Amino acid sequence: MSPTGIQKTHIDVGGIKIELERRGQGKPLLLLQGEEALEAEAPFLDDLAKDYELLIPAPPGFGTSDRPDWIGNPSDIAYVYLDLVEKLAIGKAPLLGFSLGGWIAAEMATKDDSFISKLVLVAPLGIKVGGPTARDIADIWTLNPKEIMALKWFDPEKGKRDFPSMPEEKLAVIARNTESFARFCWDPYMHNPKLKHRLHRINVPTLLIWGEKDGIVKPDYGAAYRDLIRGSKITFVPDARHFPHIEQPQTFMGHLRDFLK
Amino acid sequence: MQAWHFTEMPYPHLPPLDDIPSIRVTLPNKYFDPKIGADLYNRYLDEHVIADELGLNIMLNEHHQTATCLDAAAPLMAAILARQTKKARICILGNPIANRGDPIRIAEEMAMIDCISRGRLDVGIVRGVPYEIFAANTNPTQTLDRLWEGVELVVKAWTSHEGPFNFEGRFTHKRAVNIWPRPYQQPHPQIWITGSSDKENIKKVASLGYVFATFLQPYDKVKEMFDTYRANYIERGLPTGGGVAYMPLVYTGNSDEEAEKGAQELTWYLKSKTAPQFRNPPGYVPVATNVKALQGAYSGRTDAVRSQGLDYLKEQGVLIYGTPDSVAQQVKRFYKLVGGFDHLLMMQQSGFLDHKRTVSSMTLFAREVYPQIKDLPRTVAQEARASA
Repeated sequence: MSPTGIQKTHIDVGGIKIELERRGQGKPLLLLQGEEALEAEAPFLDDLAKDYELLIPAPPGFGTSDRPDWIGNPSDIAYVYLDLVEKLAIGKAPLLGFSLGGWIAAEMATKDDSFISKLVLVAPLGIKVGGPTARDIADIWTLNPKEIMALKWFDPEKGKRDFPSMPEEKLAVIARNTESFARFCWDPYMHNPKLKHRLHRINVPTLLIWGEKDGIVKPDYGAAYRDLIRGSKITFVPDARHFPHIEQPQTFMGHLRDFLK
Repeated sequence: MQAWHFTEMPYPHLPPLDDIPSIRVTLPNKYFDPKIGADLYNRYLDEHVIADELGLNIMLNEHHQTATCLDAAAPLMAAILARQTKKARICILGNPIANRGDPIRIAEEMAMIDCISRGRLDVGIVRGVPYEIFAANTNPTQTLDRLWEGVELVVKAWTSHEGPFNFEGRFTHKRAVNIWPRPYQQPHPQIWITGSSDKENIKKVASLGYVFATFLQPYDKVKEMFDTYRANYIERGLPTGGGVAYMPLVYTGNSDEEAEKGAQELTWYLKSKTAPQFRNPPGYVPVATNVKALQGAYSGRTDAVRSQGLDYLKEQGVLIYGTPDSVAQQVKRFYKLVGGFDHLLMMQQSGFLDHKRTVSSMTLFAREVYPQIKDLPRTVAQEARASA
């Protein structure tokens, strides 16, 4: 349990019930978790909650949020989240997103960045830069589970999760998250062909943080992302792959604090 | 009781199965020798023609990117057999409509084959097996919804005779649908739908008067499925009627020893393995089943059956083998255990089981087993039972 307290609520956003976690004290910061929702339980989050009131929504189909049939991709989720931001009336706040959450954050920023003070994208998915046979994003749905662990984690031991010992309620959320990730990101595979043609619309200070050894989306992919967002910078975290914030929390928090101050 | 001959048309000439990580999806096609393939295609077609001559019906299926099934386009094989056979009913089980993505093309192909065969076609429409999601790149989380929207569109295309209609569904948008030809059978060929434990799906199949089919499952599970069907079956006036179908592996021999050898050959199909990431794509099964998977208690729909020996398979009715009288006894026992069924779909060929032994088993079945089971009563509709 976090020392700063966790409050979970549900908010009606245009008829969709969205789960929202609030944590910490200070100015608001909107945090969009990755597809596996590992961030909420990661130690760096308590550190961040000392400086900010973290607002952590679960996208449609994730956590205990509804999943209406019309939601088909992260761009649709971005519109729901823009409505959520309006409803929360948080004014200007930093927006921080991880992997799928980074993709959704980028989609939001291309549609309306007026509420964003600073944008931080950690190993975001969402664009395709190579040709038809280029593997921009590792195909996690055709790889062996062991191979995937080696692409995601610098130290695969850190990625191990003891599912059989978890309560069924939690497993049901994990299984539904996995299903919804496939629902929204199966085809086109983990990208929106239109996003890279819209990223130029983002006009807020933007930092990309990347694991130096990321095997899911490699550093070159991060560089391509940087080139598409005006004035953005990228910083690489050594000895980390897809989860620099979990594998190297101190280095990660150093980069994040420097940028947000 | 109707009996159907079936082979998945395997290509068994591979490196040892234990050395192959996955016989499906990723096995390189350098292992496919087109000359051997040509022989196999023609041989399997010959066996279907022999089935027709023996008075058996014919079942075909299709799968993709797998050495277990060279039939990657069942309508092509059905079209050939529509010309080359005389009396047999031909059932495609089925058209993987969720994966093919164009229900109208399926409606047209089926109408053509129905006309060419002069009304001998039964049309299975299926969601596709888990590993096939990858070859088709269909979203794995909505195959059932795609299946039912596809069925609705196929039936509408078959039964609309006064000119075009437009269709704007969740998955398919079509303009000016007006198929030529229309089917030979009226109002349209019987539809078959496959399934396993999903009861809501079985109820829907039953209430529409379609045939429900399931494969290679232990008898207690089959009974549960068939009971659900029977409790909800409504006769809808479709040609050949509704009912339930079951597929075991079947080998009929002149002696117990010969039959056991043949049965052993058939289990090649059960031993062919698929890499774990292809067995259960995300969202193919419900969340509750995937909770079991996370707990380590589920690794794919057919895993429980695949690892078993001959005795277990025989006891469960997954594998039926023996002399003609013994095979007839086993079919009757299974019939009793599951509360009756209408169609015996027999996988009578698999793996290295050669032409001679396959035809010997088929012939013994047709001549000595079929007459003993042919008159087992068919499934009775709800209303008919109520008024009886």
